[in-house]
Amino acid sequence: MDDQIMTQTADHIATDSVAALKARRSVEDHPVKLEVKNLNFFYANGHQALTDINLSLREKAVTAFIGPSGCGKSTLLRTLNRMYDLYPGQRAEGEVLLDGRNTLSPKEDLNVLRAKVGMVFQKPTPFPMSIHENIAFGIRLYEKLSKAEMTNRVEAALREAALWDEVKDKLHQSGLGLSGGQQQRLCIARAVAVKPEVLLMDEPASALDPISTAKIEDLITRLADDYCIAIVTHNMQQAARTSDYTAFMYLGEIVEFDRTEQIFTAPKNQKTNDYVTGRFG
Amino acid sequence: MTAHNPITRRRYRRNRIAMVFSIIATGMGLLILAAILGELLWQGVGGLNMKVFTEVTPPPGADGGLSNAIYGSIMLTLVGIAIAAPIGLLAGTYLSEYARGSKIGEAAKFINDVLLSAPSIIVGLFINAILVVPFGTFSAWSGAVALAVIALPVINRTTQDMLALVPNTLREAAAALGAPRWKVLVFIVWRAAKSGILTGMLLAVARISGETAPLLFTSFGNQFWSTNMSQPMANLPVVIYQFAMSPYSEWQRLAWVGALLITAAILFLNILARTLAARSR
Amino acid sequence: MATTDIGVAEQASRRQTRRLKRQDRAFYWLAWGSAALVVALLLGILLSLLWESLPSISTFGLPFLWHERWSPAKHIFGAAAPIYGTLMTSLIAMVIAVPTSFGIAMFLTEICPKPLRRPIGTAIELLAGIPSIIYGLWGFFVLAPIMQHHVQPFLLNTFGDLPVIGFLFSGAPYGIGMLTAGLVLSIMILPFITSVTRDVFETVPVMLRESAYGMGMTTWEVVRRIIIPYTRLGLVGGVMLGLGRALGETMAVTFVIGNSHRIAASLLAPGTTISASIANEFAEADGKLYTSALVELGLILFVISFTVLALAKWLIGRTESY
Repeated sequence: MDDQIMTQTADHIATDSVAALKARRSVEDHPVKLEVKNLNFFYANGHQALTDINLSLREKAVTAFIGPSGCGKSTLLRTLNRMYDLYPGQRAEGEVLLDGRNTLSPKEDLNVLRAKVGMVFQKPTPFPMSIHENIAFGIRLYEKLSKAEMTNRVEAALREAALWDEVKDKLHQSGLGLSGGQQQRLCIARAVAVKPEVLLMDEPASALDPISTAKIEDLITRLADDYCIAIVTHNMQQAARTSDYTAFMYLGEIVEFDRTEQIFTAPKNQKTNDYVTGRFG
Repeated sequence: MTAHNPITRRRYRRNRIAMVFSIIATGMGLLILAAILGELLWQGVGGLNMKVFTEVTPPPGADGGLSNAIYGSIMLTLVGIAIAAPIGLLAGTYLSEYARGSKIGEAAKFINDVLLSAPSIIVGLFINAILVVPFGTFSAWSGAVALAVIALPVINRTTQDMLALVPNTLREAAAALGAPRWKVLVFIVWRAAKSGILTGMLLAVARISGETAPLLFTSFGNQFWSTNMSQPMANLPVVIYQFAMSPYSEWQRLAWVGALLITAAILFLNILARTLAARSR
Repeated sequence: MATTDIGVAEQASRRQTRRLKRQDRAFYWLAWGSAALVVALLLGILLSLLWESLPSISTFGLPFLWHERWSPAKHIFGAAAPIYGTLMTSLIAMVIAVPTSFGIAMFLTEICPKPLRRPIGTAIELLAGIPSIIYGLWGFFVLAPIMQHHVQPFLLNTFGDLPVIGFLFSGAPYGIGMLTAGLVLSIMILPFITSVTRDVFETVPVMLRESAYGMGMTTWEVVRRIIIPYTRLGLVGGVMLGLGRALGETMAVTFVIGNSHRIAASLLAPGTTISASIANEFAEADGKLYTSALVELGLILFVISFTVLALAKWLIGRTESY
């Protein structure tokens, strides 16, 4: 994908994204859902991966994180649901405020936090169980539902992820039997089934074929009507097509953070301009 | 560098000698192992009849079967594995998941490997000291515990190895739904490693069902039918040992039959384990 | 639709969260306890062996290790014969099994036609799972008579009168004895060492092997100059694991060793090993000292096999990081 981008001009991308954004609603007046303040992040070996990150994610809006490999965009995403806590030695300093409450506080209940801040990974990660169970697993963690209610919730989640029609006849077959794109939509269904408030997506389409990618992007645009979404992507067209805001990251810092059309049509920073026009990265 | 060159000729001669040795070694090895299996089949099948399964071990010179020993072997093996399986599974989970990379974890893994290759007769001595001497009698319980001590490090080790194969993304995906760690481990990680762990347990069953040395001074033997776990219980390996060393031809015949039954059971378990492992791949 | 509903976290009452926390902690301690039990088990075995052998240690002291006399009737015990027997039978087993295993492994990785590789390899792995009592039984009923009537008379006649090694082959052909026990042991560990060796041979990168053949090396030269040097530590580790098995083995030996607490120069003479002595005598041992002496034998065996295993692990660990 990256090679393709290299050959394209800034104008090309710009017209593409502007066309896409024309249809979008204004999101400036949406309240802030998640606010990151002075965030620094360190790996177990002491290496600093994020430096002084400040930004806010708005409700019912998509924020994209772009930048070259190793710039810290995935790491930033993983501090938002404290996924890094699974690995001893990694630590974050600063504040991540979810509805004004600091989630980096040691007292934070990580399980509850992660139920509120869902995540979809780069590679599809269906659990080794049936399609129905894949979704019911997460719901059962926090809710006690009757069999009928559960069936409804599973169906609703699968519909939300635009997967229902493809799997409704094989709900009790293994989730591992689905195609890559279907697996990824199953993972999205699984994430939205627990009704999170924020949805983090770490390059959700990078392991998929173009058709599946298009379906996922379409899905992201629709989910933006309900959720606060943060998406990390390598693919700049994807960022332009799906997001309301874009943050360009480089070497662990946020170089520029603005409305997506601004970043892609008139970036203020030379580095950003070079990156979105494919001169490096 | 033709074949007439003396150096080349010497090299070729050496190669031929090595080849011939290698082929003879393989032939001899396979021949002897085939001879053992052939003898076992010949003597064992020759002595097989219905009485073997319906009558208990006979007194010297009389006619009888192995029913009490067959029952005892199955019982001891099942109870042994029932004790070892949960402990081994949990211990392997701790060492592979919670103690990953820690010094104490590494030490505990090494200790498990020591236990894994400890001479089995020493396990017999140990269990004799803690479960036979204090109660004043040989018992099936002590035999089952001795077998459990043999099986425990096997299951522990295979659990560690199998959990290490479960990709981290699966753990992250489950944690991202807000699942507490134990649910991640039990419902996702164990499940993903299920067939590998089961294979390990089958191999452990195969291993302990042929163990003789640890039973000599724990379960001992019993010439009568007994289902009392607090009393000595007959079992195939010890019966084979006692009967084979006796001067009575009837006992020797039963020893061969017992050996055939055990070998057949173990080969069956091994093949089952292999098919399971192959299918999961 | 999701955000208009009540959020999950709000639904999850504090009680529910606390319950999950409690379960999490309970599971952690359960797993910790199981791992601790494994460690405690090893310590327990060591302490129990040490405790039980105290009477013997305090009576005989260090000379227990080199005194040969073993007389239960007179309460005199010395471990020299079983220690010698354990080491000697294992040595015989290794001398036979190691080259044979290497030969088979070389056959399987370098010579064997492709379609035969898997079946032969699988057969050998399956044979490694057969319990040792089967090998003992076969040794007792089949090998011992062959040794008695054919092999041992031949050895006595051929080597018995030779000047330097003659003493190794003297005495009467009993059938059972050190040599027979060593043979049975070698057959028992053969499948094990072979499968380890083959696995280690297969770790040699295909590129390396192909470049060696590409230089015009013969199969033997590739094995001798490339594969063996490359896998040397793993091979030694595998051999040591096999040695550990041979040293601790009970049933394959007990049938054919003869249980005689005497060190005879001849390999054909009956002898005993540590595990065979324990298996033969422990159940009938009367008196604290007799039992204690047998347990001390067990302690010695444990120390020997621990040393061998630690060495093997260290060597294999070094290949893995290589």
